[in-house]
Amino acid sequence: MSETSQVHPQYNYKVVQQFSVMAVIWGIVGMSIGVLIAAQLIWPELNFNTPWLTYSRLRPLHTNAVIFAFGGCALFATSYYVVQRTSHVKLFSDKLAAFTFWGWQAVIVAAIITLPLGLTSSKEYAELEWPIDILIALVWIAYLINFFGTIIVRKVSHIYVANWFYGAFIITVAVLHIGNSMVIPISMTKSYSIYAGSVDAMMQWWYGHNAVGFFLTAGFLGMMYYFIPKQAERPVYSYRLSVVHFWALISLYIWAGPHHLHYTALPDWVQSVGMVMSVVLFVPSWGGMINGIMTLSGAWHKLRSDPILRFLIVSLSFYGMSTFEGPMMAIKTVNALSHYTDWTIGHVHSGALGWVAMVSIGSLYHLIPILFGKARMYSNHLINVHFWLATIGVVLYIVAMWISGVMQGLMWRAVNSDGTLTYSFVESLEASYPFYFVRFIGGCFVVTGMLIMAYNCYRTIFGKEEHLQVESQPQPQAA
Amino acid sequence: MIDQITLSSIFTVLIFAIFIAIVMWAYSKKSKASFEEAANLIFDDEIKPSASAKQKSGDNNQ
Repeated sequence: MSETSQVHPQYNYKVVQQFSVMAVIWGIVGMSIGVLIAAQLIWPELNFNTPWLTYSRLRPLHTNAVIFAFGGCALFATSYYVVQRTSHVKLFSDKLAAFTFWGWQAVIVAAIITLPLGLTSSKEYAELEWPIDILIALVWIAYLINFFGTIIVRKVSHIYVANWFYGAFIITVAVLHIGNSMVIPISMTKSYSIYAGSVDAMMQWWYGHNAVGFFLTAGFLGMMYYFIPKQAERPVYSYRLSVVHFWALISLYIWAGPHHLHYTALPDWVQSVGMVMSVVLFVPSWGGMINGIMTLSGAWHKLRSDPILRFLIVSLSFYGMSTFEGPMMAIKTVNALSHYTDWTIGHVHSGALGWVAMVSIGSLYHLIPILFGKARMYSNHLINVHFWLATIGVVLYIVAMWISGVMQGLMWRAVNSDGTLTYSFVESLEASYPFYFVRFIGGCFVVTGMLIMAYNCYRTIFGKEEHLQVESQPQPQAA
Repeated sequence: MIDQITLSSIFTVLIFAIFIAIVMWAYSKKSKASFEEAANLIFDDEIKPSASAKQKSGDNNQ
């Protein structure tokens, strides 16, 4: 730190601005598609008898749009910002940065075109066909070079912990994506995996679960370790805990994939290893959550006046909930009840909407005024409205899915005394309708919040008032 | 001959030892100062467009 110079390098904010704005836009697109397919489960006519509007084709578009378009843009934006700010140096290469932006947008547009056309490799969260996979790999390697290049040329001796998490996320996603996307192409739009049978399934869930562990967790923990201390204006609760958190998390997550394949053709011992590793994973997850939340210790009053901080801290509460729920669901006997039911969908959304989306939204609210040279967001009140819409929406969603999921699991396993099934599948589906409606309402809450966010960002970016370049300060409010 | 089970056991013990080493390193007295410095790294980089803003931000940090 002593080698910090007093020169303030001109950071590359352009790419951060681009990714931040696109994160908001893709968030609205991806979540709106989610609401549409939630509505289709209640009113199937909503596919209008059009093949490319069917649930089967829009569902992968929804997951790709929210994870890779919304989450991806938020990760690119914040990682490029954090690595510059904590390394006290401009991005390694502006050209590579521009390539990652336009390349990533091209990937998203290609997904929006090909998935509704029914072009899919059928691997969950890796549906895109091989030409797009190659583009993803190129963009990702450019990202990797740019991120680590920036760390190499840094002006401070220490590499801040957020960069460790971002770095682990970037390296691991490169390995996962390239490993799982190995295919033999037979035409421009069709390919077959080079892995066969249960090996293919194992590869797929090694990828799939680490997409959760590294894309949707490690990257966003990087966000947590920068934006929570910054917004709370106090250093992280325990930097030492963050070091242990990092190594424990990255060394455990990689083993948890088999819990997606309980009671399948996967060897029993692999299932057991996956289960044990998933249960142990609870410890570093909660260590990290406690570290984030305790950063506020002694400054809890800030939660009352700062809705941005509220977004960030409540996201950690959802993180704690879903990382308790996840290890529990990975236990084989619990999984026998929960697997293939709506409980899984509820679990994913408590992580995705509660943790990933809320920590991103909080970070973006912190970031956007700084990037566009404004003192604060246009309206603090609207951030607060967004916070409550998001929270109520997520709670409606996950409670509906919990009830529906447990109910489905119990109905599916119920047998009569003569050994026949008590309920047909359709009966369990019929019982789920009310909960599908509650989920739809919850989704509408979340999308409305995102639209309010877009308006707030628009007024902040293009507003005439206050062209001051100042650090964001907590807004002074009447206590 | 080293069989699969022996290798797995060695690997498990090795990982456990590395983990303990990381914890001891993280919580050692020697690392305390540098970690505290690292934790404050994020506040060390305020962009100050003018001297007055710098002054103001300095006041706020007190």
